[in-house]
Amino acid sequence: MGYEFDVSALVANIGPLLQGAGLTLGLTAFAAVVSLLLSVGGAVTRLWGPSWARVLVGAYVELIRNTPFIVQLFFIFFGLPSIGIKLTALGAAALAMTINLTAYGIEIVRAGIQAVPDGQREGGISLGLSPVRVFLQIVLPQAIAVVYPSLVSQTVITMLESAVISQIAVVDLTHVADLIQSRSYRAFETYFAVAVIYLGMALGLRWLLDRAGMRLFRGQGA
Amino acid sequence: MITLSLADVLWFLLLAARWTLLLSAIAFVGGTVGATLLLLWRYGAPRIGRRATTIYIQFFQGTPLLLQLFLIFFGLPMIGIEVSPLLAAGLAPTLYASAFLAEIWRGCVDAIPKGQWDASSSLGMSFVMRMRLVILPQALKIAIPPTVGFLVQLVKSTALASIVGFDELTKSAQIVANATFQPLQVYGLAALVYFAICYPLTFASRKLERHLQVQSHGSPQGKT
Repeated sequence: MGYEFDVSALVANIGPLLQGAGLTLGLTAFAAVVSLLLSVGGAVTRLWGPSWARVLVGAYVELIRNTPFIVQLFFIFFGLPSIGIKLTALGAAALAMTINLTAYGIEIVRAGIQAVPDGQREGGISLGLSPVRVFLQIVLPQAIAVVYPSLVSQTVITMLESAVISQIAVVDLTHVADLIQSRSYRAFETYFAVAVIYLGMALGLRWLLDRAGMRLFRGQGA
Repeated sequence: MITLSLADVLWFLLLAARWTLLLSAIAFVGGTVGATLLLLWRYGAPRIGRRATTIYIQFFQGTPLLLQLFLIFFGLPMIGIEVSPLLAAGLAPTLYASAFLAEIWRGCVDAIPKGQWDASSSLGMSFVMRMRLVILPQALKIAIPPTVGFLVQLVKSTALASIVGFDELTKSAQIVANATFQPLQVYGLAALVYFAICYPLTFASRKLERHLQVQSHGSPQGKT
């Protein structure tokens, strides 16, 4: 074909690429932490909340899980300003990622809580602990330990899906790739290299979180 | 600025949803073929096949679908292969679906107890006979719920085709939102159309799974 591969544009842009990757990872970390907290709240509401709240959380979960992330992002970034909620592109991206991850997180955490044997809760109560302490110190740690691999997978998926936020001009890794290829006309090399960077990030993040999980939940049989 | 009633907008989006359905169908059919080929290679050539299919699956599951799409749509023309939006919009989710379906189905085949393989080969069955008469009938049954569940992911993933200018549901929503200055309503309606497509699939997947659980717990000779 006579096509010569040229990666000089990539090498010259190593700084912006690193910054883009950093932003992608930073947003993912933000979404992961915030949505873990929200997921626990959501799961508790869905299991033991008043019936109207249960319906509300259920509707939220189903609505988010059955619509594309890009439509959620556009709804937040382009739609919400018309009712007076103005967000920066970065804010909209962080919000969309958190909302999306939380919907999956609620289902995952709920499954974890349900997997903890009732005897654990009863045992805690019979020791005279308050129900809140029983939940926070006995049930929840075991529940998270059980579903931790699913939470890790979902976090990695969120990081990969976040490539879409480049479309609202957030300068994440994909956006940097767009910029590089539009200046260098080296679309194939650029997108391939950046895809490989994502792959490395996905594998690295999974490895790191798995290691962290092993330390955190040592001896819990998870 | 154009003024459209919500009913008009909805009608417009529903027409565009046909393309979303078509893309999903292409990707599913293509993905089924692709996944089958991957699995045949994997089980047929244990050395190279196993390695190669693992790398393929790893790549398509570990990189953003958006970049796979860009690589096909913007990247391939650079090395001399012309690609239309329809081809890119069909090919990217097809390759993506091949990887996911292969992984799902591999899990289902591997879930069949080893005794089933041993017993059927001790009966003198060939590989094809074992697959066709013993392994696949059992594997297919447990494969259906996760496959239907993956369809939801596939339908949603076709929304990315809008980014390369393919006029499906999300792209149409963008066009209408820009023309009417009603992004909230338009994207809201688009989300509802997606929901109307995806929720029945989610529901069916869950139902099938529960059905399967009841079956396997209910009868002792169901599957072992």
